[in-house]
Amino acid sequence: MMFGDLTRNDKLLFLGFTIAALAMPLLAWPVGANYPDLLQKFAIYGIFAIGFNILFGLTGYLSFGHAAFLGVGSYAAVWMFKGVTMNVIPAVIFGVMVSGLFAALIGFVSLRRSGIYFSILTLAFAQMSYNLAYSVLTPITNGETGLQLRQDDARILDRMFVEQTEGLPSTNLFGLEMSGYPGFYFCCVLLIVAFFIALRIQRSPFGMMLRAIKTNQVRMNYTGFNTRPYALTAFIISGMYAGLAGSLLAVTDPLAGAERMQWTASGEVVLMTILGGAGTLVGPILGAGLIKYFENIFSSYNDSLLAESFSFLPDFLNDALVFVIGPFVGEGWSLLLGIVFMAIVIFLPGGLMEGLARIHGWYRGRGQGDAGRNVAKQAAE
Amino acid sequence: MDVILLQLLNGLDKGGAYALIALGLTIIFGTLGVVNFAHGALFMLGAFCAVSVQALLTISKKVKDESIKFFDAYKEIPYLEAWWGDTGAMIIDYAVPISILIAIPLMLLIGLGMERGLIRYFYKRPHAEQILVTFGLAIVVQELIKAQFGANPIPTPAPEVIAGSANVGLWVGLGESVVYPWWRLIYLAFAGVVIALAFAFLNLTTYGMVVRAGMADRETVGLLGINIQRRFTIVFGMAAVIAGLAGVMYTPILPPDYHMGMDFLVLSFVVVVVGGMGSLGGAVLAGFMLGILQSFASMNEVKSILPGIDQIIIYLIAVVILLVRPRGLLGRKGVMES
Amino acid sequence: MTKINDRGVSRRSILKAGTALGAGAVIAPTFFVRNAWAEEFRNNPGNASSVKFGFNVPQTGAYADEGADELRAYELAVKHINGEGDGGMLNTMQPLSLKGDGVLGKKVEYVTGDTQTKSDAARASAKRMIEKDGVIMFSGGSSSGVAVAVQSLAQEMGVVFMCGLTHSNDTTGKDKRRYGFRHFFNAYMSGAALGPVLKETMGTERRAYHLTADYTWGWTQEESIKNTTEALGWQTVNAVRTPLGAGDFSQYITPVLNSGADVLVLNHYGKDMINSLTQAVQFGLRDKQVNGKDFQIVVPLYSRLMAQGAGANIKGIYGTTNWNWSLQDAGSQAFVKSFGQEYGFPPSQAAHTCYVQALLYADACARAGTFYPPEVIKALEDFEFDGMGNGPTLYRGADHQCFKDVLVVRGNENATSQFDLLEVVKEVPASQVTYDPSIFGGELGPYKV
Repeated sequence: MMFGDLTRNDKLLFLGFTIAALAMPLLAWPVGANYPDLLQKFAIYGIFAIGFNILFGLTGYLSFGHAAFLGVGSYAAVWMFKGVTMNVIPAVIFGVMVSGLFAALIGFVSLRRSGIYFSILTLAFAQMSYNLAYSVLTPITNGETGLQLRQDDARILDRMFVEQTEGLPSTNLFGLEMSGYPGFYFCCVLLIVAFFIALRIQRSPFGMMLRAIKTNQVRMNYTGFNTRPYALTAFIISGMYAGLAGSLLAVTDPLAGAERMQWTASGEVVLMTILGGAGTLVGPILGAGLIKYFENIFSSYNDSLLAESFSFLPDFLNDALVFVIGPFVGEGWSLLLGIVFMAIVIFLPGGLMEGLARIHGWYRGRGQGDAGRNVAKQAAE
Repeated sequence: MDVILLQLLNGLDKGGAYALIALGLTIIFGTLGVVNFAHGALFMLGAFCAVSVQALLTISKKVKDESIKFFDAYKEIPYLEAWWGDTGAMIIDYAVPISILIAIPLMLLIGLGMERGLIRYFYKRPHAEQILVTFGLAIVVQELIKAQFGANPIPTPAPEVIAGSANVGLWVGLGESVVYPWWRLIYLAFAGVVIALAFAFLNLTTYGMVVRAGMADRETVGLLGINIQRRFTIVFGMAAVIAGLAGVMYTPILPPDYHMGMDFLVLSFVVVVVGGMGSLGGAVLAGFMLGILQSFASMNEVKSILPGIDQIIIYLIAVVILLVRPRGLLGRKGVMES
Repeated sequence: MTKINDRGVSRRSILKAGTALGAGAVIAPTFFVRNAWAEEFRNNPGNASSVKFGFNVPQTGAYADEGADELRAYELAVKHINGEGDGGMLNTMQPLSLKGDGVLGKKVEYVTGDTQTKSDAARASAKRMIEKDGVIMFSGGSSSGVAVAVQSLAQEMGVVFMCGLTHSNDTTGKDKRRYGFRHFFNAYMSGAALGPVLKETMGTERRAYHLTADYTWGWTQEESIKNTTEALGWQTVNAVRTPLGAGDFSQYITPVLNSGADVLVLNHYGKDMINSLTQAVQFGLRDKQVNGKDFQIVVPLYSRLMAQGAGANIKGIYGTTNWNWSLQDAGSQAFVKSFGQEYGFPPSQAAHTCYVQALLYADACARAGTFYPPEVIKALEDFEFDGMGNGPTLYRGADHQCFKDVLVVRGNENATSQFDLLEVVKEVPASQVTYDPSIFGGELGPYKV
């Protein structure tokens, strides 16, 4: 039984996560994030962050070039759509495999060094990929414009079995179009699977080994234990997660651009993971959600929209609020994001997860207090 | 021959800029053990010192522009020019050199404030959290600059007398074919002086020696009754000044915009790491090496053999060096390896 | 599934493919079946009293100032369409179907978003507008990469996209889309317009050296300019690709010094152009004499915002632009007047093209009598209009490219104000920059999606 050796807490965690993930459209409704594209992004970047956390959270190796795998996964998936079929399954598998291979290659070289030297090696590989993809590799990547579907693509399998339509075909899962909510649920199911695998890894002897690398690699090496193969495996798994995320980006929106591989994109997943809580299972997903939410929702507020949302207030209050909040939304959304980064790391060193843990602790503390009082009462009676 | 000499000059010039930007970063790395992602922001703030000085000097009175009839438009005449005529215009012309004098105390204050107000709480925190908080700070700083100055680059020219090029070829007996802009030559000399001063300070003064001792073993130095904390604060201020000066001096070459710090951030990290963590000499060496190799890799002759090599040369060299020399060019063992 | 469309046939055939691939087919639930209503389409405003436009502009990143100017123009356009303000170009546009009461009696509202000048972010922002805010049309942008990425999204989603500033030939060439429209000019037109002026001012015996931003737009522009100048009899000494965002271009500029070239063509835009031009001037290129001629620098695509960034370095340097606020025709004057009164400074060419695009879309809806995209698209295709600042203009149906006069400009030697940076040297008539749509290939795709 695949759940057999999980503890009760882990089963609950997984169950809770599954329910929360599937109910995401409902949960996101109050904050105005319940539209397919953003929900898809939550799930996809959640997968990316979970994967990054397997490497960084467990082994402590800080990769600054993970976006390269995301980009490669996207390119591979789009090429599958162009060359073979619009069905998403082969594209996802191909994307994950190509990213895995790419990760094996880069990981093999980069893991010869540790600490910041490792970070810079991964950064260097990713930046080289980005720069080349943007310019000289244009025949493969279509450069600035990004790789897109075309009417005259080969699509070998589709041409054999499907009559061609006017206009570009859509990505599909055996006929089910992968845009909108079906696309979200496809990503969501994969997010749950990805979460489950990460949970298993974290609880397995392999996961223990990875954490041992983080705690004290030198000592492990002294005991005659070669840690490299373990770190490399973690690196490849993590790269495959990134590739999965990348191919899902292509599934929900068949276009792959070079900027997905830029260092800012690699930095983003680092920030997501730390923001949510590195080393925790759920944290990175929360971090991913928070950053994507800021990017998509806060950037859309303009003054007139703000004024509208505070229209229940008297005019002068409304004006004052718009004046105060205005600079932090719309074109100022990244200012707000910067402040949030600083606030969280200053006040909640363990990221959002620590915040949740504190609320939980506070709640339980109070709950126990109540319980204690009840006991005392009973005794008194 | 001229081509080679010119590319060498380009390389030295670039290298000077890289070394200067990386110098402050490696000082903070090496002494305080802090990964400072806001270093690019300090560089950018330095450049905006020049922009602000120029803006202050050109505060203008507005005169209705009669040539524009569709709406109320104004011509702007700087008060300095209105009052003092050509002398005023000359002062405005010298905005960038003047701002160097202003940038030093200003950047020192910013550096001290940043260390006291934020960085010192992060000495003992994991590198990941240092990255997050300094990156957040960098975003906040650059967004504030954008809110004030806009996103478009702002021209900050060098003074008119040195706007042109020097005839370097004549100096070395190569004829008139080798010319090089005065400002770039000045930048190179300036970088050399600042780097030499930083070295002298850290290696030749007792103050610097205590700081270096503190880098190696903070506790023992503390036990000797020395306030190492205060010295670290001052070192951070010094690093901020160096970054700021690099920024001020760069403005005539690269009209500054709010994003220029981020553009240089990755590069300066690469320079520092290739040089080796904790090594000032390494950072300088790596800066010049990367600058020169980048210049030569951009030559048409090289590009025709290896298309796109100029796009990746910096990173390629970084990979090769880190594979051949595990701790960069001159890195010390054990610094930031875990 | 929110997407309601009429590809029943294709869906069945894809289902067949699914079976053929060997797995059980997923039966399409009933809500996939297209509503039989003839004119149902995405974000149909129906009986609502208002319609929403989406303005997707760069608010962060290098083009944020351009984006801010675009947004100002859109806000003005919405005001004018709704009958507020002084009406701007509604007073000059010919023919005009808008009545100043919104579009088809519905008031226009708008939402905004940040493209960050990144394809992914731009598409995400556009999707938010379409899926969440329910926009009937969206517009904006300041780069060709983004425009091409977003207009293919427009086609997929069946929502019309009116391009903002995009200059690559590809936008209405090999990557054109039925749902994408471009009012801005392109690299080919820049080349065609510059040709005669370059011949007049620099002669036919010139040796040109190109520095080109190493990505798609740079290449198309280099090609267009090369074709034009070589037809004049110029030689191309070299064409060197420079990395995007190189910052310091000295290593690319020094080889120009002794290459024997007497013209430098900078196929750069934005920050790259500001930096490469500033540095080229620093290296003394503008004061140089080569082959007994004055050395010249050409910047094929100019904008006033870029000219501001390059400062005094642009003096006397030739280029092209889509529009400039100093034009004296009635349309331009009306627009500059309302813009200037509203914001205190004249609009940029990005603002102009965005303003015009918003008006053109609204007017097309009014002419078509519906918001149904295929009808609106047909109303825009081959539409001829005047009074929008560029003289008589054709929205060519074959590639959705506007054909109008192109301005050849020169950096002003004696600027009288901070806005007076470019002087118009020549207005090259549309007939001289028109080309056969087939030369760039591409396919528009279907009306109905």
